[in-house]
Amino acid sequence: MAYVAVKGGERAIDNAHRWMADERRGDQAVPEISTAQIAEQLGRSVDRVMAEGSLYDPGLAALAVKQAQGDLIEAAFLLRAYRTTLPRFAATSPVETATMTIARRISAVFKDMPGGQILGPTTDYTHRLLDFALEAGFTPQAAEQAEPDLAAMPRIHDILGHEGLIEADQPSDAEPFDITRQPLAFPASRDARLQSLARGDEGFLLAMGYSTQRGWGGSHPFVGEIRVGEVAVEIEPPELGFAIDIGDLPVTECQMVNQFAGSRTQPPQFTRGYGLVFGHGERKAMAMALVDRALRASELGEEATAPAQNQEFVIYHCDNIEATGFVEHLKLPHYVDFQSELETIRRMRADAEREMAHESQEAAQ
Amino acid sequence: MSAAQQAKVKSPRQLWMAVLARASAAQLQAHLADLPPLPAHRVLRGPEAGLVMVRGRAGGGGAAFNLGEMSVTRCSVRDAAGQIGHAYVSGRDAMQAELAARIDAALQNPEWHDRLMEAVITPLAASQQAAKAELAAKAAATRVQFFTLATMRS
Repeated sequence: MAYVAVKGGERAIDNAHRWMADERRGDQAVPEISTAQIAEQLGRSVDRVMAEGSLYDPGLAALAVKQAQGDLIEAAFLLRAYRTTLPRFAATSPVETATMTIARRISAVFKDMPGGQILGPTTDYTHRLLDFALEAGFTPQAAEQAEPDLAAMPRIHDILGHEGLIEADQPSDAEPFDITRQPLAFPASRDARLQSLARGDEGFLLAMGYSTQRGWGGSHPFVGEIRVGEVAVEIEPPELGFAIDIGDLPVTECQMVNQFAGSRTQPPQFTRGYGLVFGHGERKAMAMALVDRALRASELGEEATAPAQNQEFVIYHCDNIEATGFVEHLKLPHYVDFQSELETIRRMRADAEREMAHESQEAAQ
Repeated sequence: MSAAQQAKVKSPRQLWMAVLARASAAQLQAHLADLPPLPAHRVLRGPEAGLVMVRGRAGGGGAAFNLGEMSVTRCSVRDAAGQIGHAYVSGRDAMQAELAARIDAALQNPEWHDRLMEAVITPLAASQQAAKAELAAKAAATRVQFFTLATMRS
């Protein structure tokens, strides 16, 4: 008996989608959730979808979360698919995180950092107890306000940099690699890696970053600085010939500081890993910074032995859209593939049986 | 002032375009309500939605890398007075982009410039500044005030 290609699933698929839409809506006695509610009240989900979908648009991301029933990888997938329908008008000037409007800014290495430790809207010091007031419906107090200190907020390497104790940035105006338009090859440059990590899966990068802390490519990290806030986004349209702001972009930046023993050409100093993500995403920015530093192993003359230091392993597997595509495609019909495997197994078994029969015949003689 | 800082000083047109990019269509309409209708216009391009690739810098100040894309809407118009206006605004609001382009065109017209500055740009810039100041004030309230504890160690 042979397996043949099967037609006739259309009605089943239509009905399955219809049921899915009904199930997504849930009990219609419960009010329907609006995309504005998702964007306003589930901001961290929306931010994660925008980061991994690699498209900043809170309204579209909220729609994607709603459509995907809260499945954030599916939502990021929807956003990635949508982005392919739009033309790209321009690339922005690199955003200036040094002049970010700060909502939060902390350092784990300098208590008295110039500009101060600004906690911002954080859950860091909560006890992680379920708050049943939220279940009952809750109107919060307005946030407290205080006179802002206009002192500058220098970055960690601007503070330690004078003494050469920490690696300086190497500014460059080179056109960056674009993984959405150019085929990636290894070893990949740092710009290509940062682009991949910025849209990489938070869970994957978290595990990779965690592995470096547990000794798989250890790099003794400290949080030099985390800042959360808004940066102005600027483009220079050719028809104008000058730069214009097109709006503001909320981002989270992490400067991870790591020990470095030095090499033949460099004295011992602190090196840095860098994380930058759309929206408020500290865990992701920190994980990205840990992995960025781990992936710089060969550049810094370290032996790359751990998974997090392996560029090909990390970069090829951090994209959850690609990963889910390849894993989930296993659900699609493989009838013909499987039929050929089945025939191979049958043939191998027949061969083995024939051999066994032959051997027992010989033994009997 | 260094050359780099000098380059960052914005022209009046850059300033008003930055304000228009951060104002919603509803806000623009509200501020136009007390003025005579803007000059008639013809759309040269758009309004059309697209993307910009947002760039960051490795380490915050190093070589540029592509962070991810952002939605943007652009529009270009020519008004009855012959002025050409452009707008690029983040998001997907076609009405905002078209209004911003029309206002950009009219602002280049001496007959319109002062009253548009007074009725639209100045108040919107003030409210955008106030929103920033409010964020800074909330942040300031969460600034840690360290104090030193005397220890028993001698």
